[in-house]
Amino acid sequence: MKVGLFIPCYIDQFYPQVGIATYQLLEKLGVKADFPRQQTCCGQPMANTGCEQDAKPVYRHFVDTFSKYDYVVAPSGSCVYHVRKHYDVVEQTGAVQHVRQSTYDLFDFITTVLGVTELPGRFPHQVGLHLSCHGQRGLHQANESEMTPVREGQLSRLLRSIDGLTLTELNRNDECCGFGGTFCITEEAVSARMGQDRVQDHLLNGTQVLTGGDMSCLMHLEGIVRRRQLPMRVMHAAEIFNAALDGVARTSVRVGLNDANGTTEERPIKVTI
Amino acid sequence: MSHPQRAAAFISDAERTTWHDETLWFVRQKRDKAVYGIPEFQQLRQLASDIKAHTLSRLDEYLEQFERNAQANGVTVHWAADAAEHNRIVLELIRKAGATSLVKSKSMLTEECHLNPYLVKNGIAVVDTDLGERIVQLREEAPSHLVLPAIHLKKEDVGETFHLHLGTPKGEKDPQQLTEAARQHLREKFLIGEVAITGVNFAVAETGAVVVCTNEGNADLGVNLARVHIACMGMEKLIPRTADLGVFTRLLARSATGQPVTTYTSHFARPAEGREMHIVIVDNGRTRQLGRPDFRNSLKCIRCGACMNTCPVYRRSGGHSYDFTVPGPIGAILSPNIDLHKHSSLPFASTLCGSCTDVCPVKIDIHAQLYKWRQLIGEQGELPATKKLGMKLLSSVLARPGIYRLGGKVAREGLRFLPHGLTHAQALNPWAKARELPAAPKQSFRDWYAAQVK
Ligand code: SF4
Repeated sequence: MKVGLFIPCYIDQFYPQVGIATYQLLEKLGVKADFPRQQTCCGQPMANTGCEQDAKPVYRHFVDTFSKYDYVVAPSGSCVYHVRKHYDVVEQTGAVQHVRQSTYDLFDFITTVLGVTELPGRFPHQVGLHLSCHGQRGLHQANESEMTPVREGQLSRLLRSIDGLTLTELNRNDECCGFGGTFCITEEAVSARMGQDRVQDHLLNGTQVLTGGDMSCLMHLEGIVRRRQLPMRVMHAAEIFNAALDGVARTSVRVGLNDANGTTEERPIKVTI
Repeated sequence: MSHPQRAAAFISDAERTTWHDETLWFVRQKRDKAVYGIPEFQQLRQLASDIKAHTLSRLDEYLEQFERNAQANGVTVHWAADAAEHNRIVLELIRKAGATSLVKSKSMLTEECHLNPYLVKNGIAVVDTDLGERIVQLREEAPSHLVLPAIHLKKEDVGETFHLHLGTPKGEKDPQQLTEAARQHLREKFLIGEVAITGVNFAVAETGAVVVCTNEGNADLGVNLARVHIACMGMEKLIPRTADLGVFTRLLARSATGQPVTTYTSHFARPAEGREMHIVIVDNGRTRQLGRPDFRNSLKCIRCGACMNTCPVYRRSGGHSYDFTVPGPIGAILSPNIDLHKHSSLPFASTLCGSCTDVCPVKIDIHAQLYKWRQLIGEQGELPATKKLGMKLLSSVLARPGIYRLGGKVAREGLRFLPHGLTHAQALNPWAKARELPAAPKQSFRDWYAAQVK
C-alpha cells in the first residue's frame, strides 16, 4: 500500500509537530508514508474566496503530485473535503477521479481503511474534542446534532479507547469555531467571537487539552487560548495518539483489512522511544 | 456598509450578543427536541424537498391550475411581475373598496415589496397585527428574523416602545402586561379594518385555496372582520394537492419553533357572502432564480427560519446585519439574485459550516449555494480588488513548489524574528485583534522529513 502524506502549508510551516506526529502515528500502525516534496496546497483558500478559476492550476498540481499513491492522507478534514467535493471543476481524468476517491482524513483513514477503531496507550487528561464542520458535516466522520442526539464519531471513539483519557461533555457539541478560512480575516469580529464562545464552552466543562482533527480550527482556537492565557493546551489528535502510543507495552493492534470477508490482521506497533 | 461592518457594530455590545445567541440557540434546541421525536423526520424532509422540486419543475402548469380553481371559487387572481406592480395592484384594490385603513397579518412578501411605506405614502393607514411585526412597525424597523421579527429586542426595549406608542406605564416590561396592551390596541384596529391583507404559506393548486399558518390567530380575525381579503404570495408557494400539505405543516412548525404544528392553520378558499377575496401572485425575481440551475432549489424555502436559528454567524450578528428582507443563510443565497453588487458580502458571511443545510426542512443545499455565489461574485468582478489580486498571487505561488517553499520559509522566519508588536499590529493584521499568531518553530515539517526520513 503506497500512502502519500499531504501536510497542508500552515502545518508544514507553523505546526511541524503535527506533521511529525501524523507520520509517526502512521508508522506505528504499520504504514510507511511518503511525503512528496513538490506538494503545496489543496487550493481551498482561493476557492472559498470566490476564485475557483484561479485555483484550478493548484488542483492540477495536487493531482500530479499524488496520483501515483494508493491513498493520500492528511491531518486536516477540511482539505480532504475540498479535494473530494470541489475538484469537480477540473476535467475528470482517471488521475483526478482516483485522487478524489483516495484522499482521506487521517482518522477516517485509520478507522475506515486500516480498520482500527481502538488504540492502546495512555493519556491521563481531560480532553475536549472540537469537531471540524468539514470533517463532521462534510465527510460524515461524526453524527450531527441536527439529526440525532447521539454524540458519536470516528475520532471520539478512538479518543475514548485511550487509557486515562476522559472526554469533555460540551454544552454545544458541534458548533462551528468560526475559523472559516479567509472568513477569519474578512469577518474578524464574528470569527473571533465564535472562537471565544467555543473556547468558553470547553473551559466551563473542564477541558485540559483541546484537540481535534483539523489544525486550521485549532490554530484559530489556540490563538484565542494563548491571547487570553487560558489554562488549556491545544494539541492535534495525532499528537495525542502518537504520545499515548509511546511506551505502549503491546506490540500490535488488530487491523481490519476492509475486504468482503471482513478479514483482520495483527499489525505491529513500532514504538519509537 | 457591508456585512462585516454591521456585524462588528452588533458584536461590540458583547452582552446583547450573548443574549441574542442564547435566545436563538434555545429555539434551535426546541427544534432539535421536536425533530428527534419523529423517527421519520429525515424521510419527511426528503419528501418535502421532492414535492417542491416536482412543483418547481412544472410551475407554469400548477400556477395556471391554481388560478383556474381560485377563479372558480369566486376569487379574483392578479399577477405582478415585480414589487412595484404588486404594490400598485394592492393600492388599487384598497381604493376600489373605498378604504383608508387596513390590517395585515404576517407576510414576508409584502416586506420584500416594501408595501407599508408605499401605502402610507398614499394615505392608507397600515397596521401589522402580528405582535412581533407590530413592535418593529412601531419602531420603524425591519423584521430581523423570518418567524421572530422582533427577536433582536429585549422585553425592556418593547416596554419602551409600548410606553411611547401605546401609553403603557414607563418601565413596564412584564411580557404578560405588554402583550395585553398590544391585544387591546390591536382589537380596536381589527374592528375598524376594512381590508385585510394576509401572507400565504401554501397555495394548493388542485383546490385554488391558500393556507396561512399563524400562532396568534390574527390572520383569521383580520380576514373575518374585513370586507375585502387580499392574499399576497410569491409564485413559489404552490403545492400540487391538499394531500401534500400535511408533509409541510409537520415540518414547518417543528423546524421553526419546535411546536408540533402552528396554533392556527387557516384555509381560505372562497369569499364569504357579500365579500371579496383577491390573490396577488408575485414574481419579483423568482423566475430569474428558477432559471439558475445552481440556485433553483432556494425557491423551495418555506420560511421556517431554522437556518437562522442554527447559524452561528446570524446568532452573533443579528438579522439587520444582512440588510435584506430575508436575513441569515437563506437571505444570503436569495439576495444576490436581486442585487449582486449590493449584497456581495452576504455569501461570505458564513464559515460554510453546513448546519443550515442540515436543518433545512426542504433540504436546500444552502452552504453549497453560498460557495457557488462566491464563485459568481468572483467571476463578475465584485470581489474587493485586493482580495482578487491576493488570490491570483497565491495561486501562482501554490502552483510552483519552489516559490512556495521559499514563501513559507519567509513567513515562518518573519514570525520568528520580527517583534510581536509588529506581527500583531491590529491595523495591519485583523487576525491579531483577538488572537495570537502561531508560535513559529525553528524547523518546518519538510525540513524535519528531509533530515529524518531517507
Ligand atoms: S432555507 Fe430552509 S431552513 Fe431556511 S427558512 Fe427556508 S425552509 Fe427554513
